[in-house]
Amino acid sequence: MNTIDLSYWDLGFAALLGIALAALFRGMRLGISGSLLVAGARMMIQLTLVGYVLRFLFEEGRPWLVGIMAFVMLAVASREILARQKRKLSGWRSWRLGASTLFVSSFAIAVYGLLVVVRPEPWYAPQYVIPILGMIISNTMNAISLGMDRLTDAIYQNRNVIEQRLALGQSAQEAIGGYAKDCIRSGMTPVINSMATAGIVSLPGMMTGQILAGASPVEAVEYQIVIWFMIAGGCGFGMTVAIKLLKGQLFDERQRLRLERLR
Amino acid sequence: MLRIENLNFLDWEAVSLEVGAGEVVSIQGESGSGKSLLLRAIADLIPHGGEAFLGGEACSEFSPTKWRGKVSFLSAEALWWEDEVRAHFLNDPELKVLQRLGLKEECLDWEVTRLSMGERQRLGLLRMLDREPSALLLDEPTANLDDRTSAAVEGMLLDYVRERAACCIWVTHDRAQAARVGQRAYTMVSKQLRKVAG
Repeated sequence: MNTIDLSYWDLGFAALLGIALAALFRGMRLGISGSLLVAGARMMIQLTLVGYVLRFLFEEGRPWLVGIMAFVMLAVASREILARQKRKLSGWRSWRLGASTLFVSSFAIAVYGLLVVVRPEPWYAPQYVIPILGMIISNTMNAISLGMDRLTDAIYQNRNVIEQRLALGQSAQEAIGGYAKDCIRSGMTPVINSMATAGIVSLPGMMTGQILAGASPVEAVEYQIVIWFMIAGGCGFGMTVAIKLLKGQLFDERQRLRLERLR
Repeated sequence: MLRIENLNFLDWEAVSLEVGAGEVVSIQGESGSGKSLLLRAIADLIPHGGEAFLGGEACSEFSPTKWRGKVSFLSAEALWWEDEVRAHFLNDPELKVLQRLGLKEECLDWEVTRLSMGERQRLGLLRMLDREPSALLLDEPTANLDDRTSAAVEGMLLDYVRERAACCIWVTHDRAQAARVGQRAYTMVSKQLRKVAG
């Protein structure tokens, strides 16, 4: 079954929506029409380029090329985590923390998914590796950046309360109270909500793509289920570790709150 | 006995000080002179050099939580984290203790937001004494109180120090209070802790 080939005109008609929206926002003086247009343009350019890159990758199919691609995805995602932090740890600590947890959790989950669940032949086949890794990294990135940002912010806002709790002999763990749990909860909520409504309210992007490309919906559903569990795993494990490491950075070995480590 | 040896923090001059059991040492000084920082450093809440000893045992020998439970820092403004007052106490304060400080019995069931500044300060003090510390590091414990409650708080703290043979460092901007409560007086001037003659 062939899909309909979209012409540049078709893409232009779709882009009209973005332009119309930018014009509306400009009229409302929301101050975001510029960034909307830039984001739209970036999206088009990046996707066009990645289309060529992926075609090249799929034709070549060499593991080291797949490795480079995965590395680039990871580097950009960890930069994005850093960019979304309102208060960063000084030096490279925030970047190290975000990148390492993102790396470990998304790679471990992707490798598990490829070797144990999907089992493509060869296991590094780019048609499987790149989309799967991409979906896990982007969701894990969101969860980790949200969790880290919320925790540093909560600790910063409540620094005096935390100090008094420490002064009363509470441990750092007790003194930051429910903040860390709240962060993990709020980071996981989007994933849980999406899983809960998957298929009823929305057809997930990947499934839509497979169906448009002519795969049987039943088969597409199976892939989507696997993907959802991998996303949940990447987000949950990644964020739990990130939050734990972040707590370690904000308190020292004498359980003193060290907010001067934030900048 | 609380002994402080060459305790230094930020760029303040190192402090050495001994406070005997049952003794109150007062520290005065302008706001921003570092009095509170000194108390925080003794409670091991901020990074510092030097060492503090309680009954001959060094701070670093204690776990941080144990040290702060014994050498307790009371901030000028008591903050709360649970909704109800009672949840902050390990044991409910006795009625006569509440009455002595002019607090109502039912205030333990109140929401924290309902408390006045003065009530917060007095309950914050009880919250600290509830943990039965051996050394008290008090930062302006009567700052938000009127004269009468102020006197009640002073009396209660001095009783605690005497009965438990606790060591007490009492920061106050009130010269008369410093003279009243302290056996020895110090003042923090230009990043130095100086003994006040007399």
